[in-house]
Amino acid sequence: MKSREYKQIEPRALPASAPPAPAAGKEQAQGGRARRKWEVFPGNNRFYCDGRVMVARETGALPVTLGLVLVTSGCFFIFDCPFLVQHLTGCIPVIGGVLFAFVLASLLRTSFTDPGILPRATPEEAADIEKQIDNPGSSSSSSYRPPPRTKEVVINQQVVKLKYCFTCKIFRPPRTSHCSLCDNCVERFDHHCPWVGNCVGKRNYRFFYCFIVSLSFLTAFIFGCVSAHLALRSKDGKGLIFAVQESPASAVELVICFFSVWSILGLSGFHTYLVASNRTTNEDIKGSWSGKSGAEETGNPYSYNNVFKNCCAVLCGPMPPSLIDRRGFLPTEDAPLSTAVEIVEMPASKNDVNMCTQGTKDLLESPSVSPILSASCPQAKPQMVSSAPPDSVPAATSSQGGRGHRSSPPDKRRPRRSRKRSASHNPAYIAPGSGLPPPLPTQATSSRRSSRKEPRRSSFTSLQ
Amino acid sequence: MATEFHNLHDLRQGTSLATKVFIQRDYSDGTICKFQTKFPSELESRIERALFEDTVKTLNSFYCEAEKIGGQSYLEGCLACATAYIIFLCMETQYEKVLKKISTYIQEQNEKIYGPRGLLITDPIERGMRVIEISVYEDRGSSGSSSSRSSSAASSTR
Repeated sequence: MKSREYKQIEPRALPASAPPAPAAGKEQAQGGRARRKWEVFPGNNRFYCDGRVMVARETGALPVTLGLVLVTSGCFFIFDCPFLVQHLTGCIPVIGGVLFAFVLASLLRTSFTDPGILPRATPEEAADIEKQIDNPGSSSSSSYRPPPRTKEVVINQQVVKLKYCFTCKIFRPPRTSHCSLCDNCVERFDHHCPWVGNCVGKRNYRFFYCFIVSLSFLTAFIFGCVSAHLALRSKDGKGLIFAVQESPASAVELVICFFSVWSILGLSGFHTYLVASNRTTNEDIKGSWSGKSGAEETGNPYSYNNVFKNCCAVLCGPMPPSLIDRRGFLPTEDAPLSTAVEIVEMPASKNDVNMCTQGTKDLLESPSVSPILSASCPQAKPQMVSSAPPDSVPAATSSQGGRGHRSSPPDKRRPRRSRKRSASHNPAYIAPGSGLPPPLPTQATSSRRSSRKEPRRSSFTSLQ
Repeated sequence: MATEFHNLHDLRQGTSLATKVFIQRDYSDGTICKFQTKFPSELESRIERALFEDTVKTLNSFYCEAEKIGGQSYLEGCLACATAYIIFLCMETQYEKVLKKISTYIQEQNEKIYGPRGLLITDPIERGMRVIEISVYEDRGSSGSSSSRSSSAASSTR
């Protein structure tokens, strides 16, 4: 098995047809309903609302975060605001309300947004990269396990090493890292945050930053208001005990806010430093750009060497699109089958490749669950992620799809999945698939666009 | 041979996919989206170098426009921040607008230049912006299988 994993894949050496091919084709034909891409997504994510909302498979402490925010703010509005409006000013619930709205909106955006996941390579791409790597010019050894593959590029007079991801079968772009919890390569990977239950990457970093800054303001605001409330109540010699007895919820809020404000303020400060120097938590913890020659600014090739410009680039830069197209439709099987096709494109083979070796996947998942809940936000995750060696995991663990999907009944899909799994047990061997001709990219493009923009961009389909 | 195909659908019906050529990303300018303009050897007999380079350079300029950090992106970012990012649910971002332009451009290029030469460009967004995938088709006529075998032999010895 190991000797076959890194064998150069020759698409032209494939047989024209094989037993799994008609089986896979029939299965899809029997399905009838056009399936969306999120249903066969290979990473460790869950999708809701027909692919509109995505979270990591392990939601971690997201319910705890939500619960704490809702309970504390709820108690504040119910028990403290009436007294404070009476004795101080009516602006307090307004400011509190605005801060609460910001915290909730940015938390939900951070948790439910695609962090910048890179889709895995198609079999042809992977084969093309393998061909380039195995060129005589490369220095791969002939030992039974090839060394980790790297490619060097020069960015801003700085040499940057691009690593090959054995799971996704791509050379990771700069600043991209593979999250072992979500089993995805994420662009501009910052860290996997258990408190929001998702990775923080290129697409949701600004939401995450907004969340922690607004949360630190909210926590400090509630702390201040509750302190004022208790101080006002204990005035005129009545004492603090009397005040707490009159409003016990305030004491609870005080304790929660006191313990959270330090860590959240600290985290906000740390991320403000990262934003100002255009670094990620991952890079900072690994020490990628510091300690080289003492001049930290010149070490980081992505920094603009200007605090304002860095902040604007990170927080106000253009919003990149999601690359995984979760609501796009899978290519349908109504295109005419052609036996004369020599090289077959296999949209269904992605399912075959991805839906195998569930056993190794289970093995990987079980030790990764326990460190999540015990570790605090930024410190543990990058180390765990950076030390989790994707190249030590054999290529056979390219994940099985559809495991985390909740919106559709899993039973309907399980029998089909097990048939596919038994058919192709070696992911490096590209199954001949369903023998379908390649789909028309124009059709796929317009189906992707029209499915994504269904409610408002129907005129776009006329571009076809 | 190539002039027989009037549109991409005909192209697909009468040909077989011989190989796919992948144009990789060029990271020399950082993480911005930019593709290498190096002319791949598999396309030497299929298309003129200048046309290919022109296509890739135009695509690069589109992506540069999409990712430009300037007045409009700042305005968008600040407005979004002020509305707690709810506005992203209602508004189409600058990036999305440019992606539509790119899609139209690629379709035009396929119809006018690449299709008649038996080639097909796949929009990079379909491949996660990692590569520009160019599918090379061979005529499925009597000489089709032998010509594709010879072209595959040529490309494997590259």
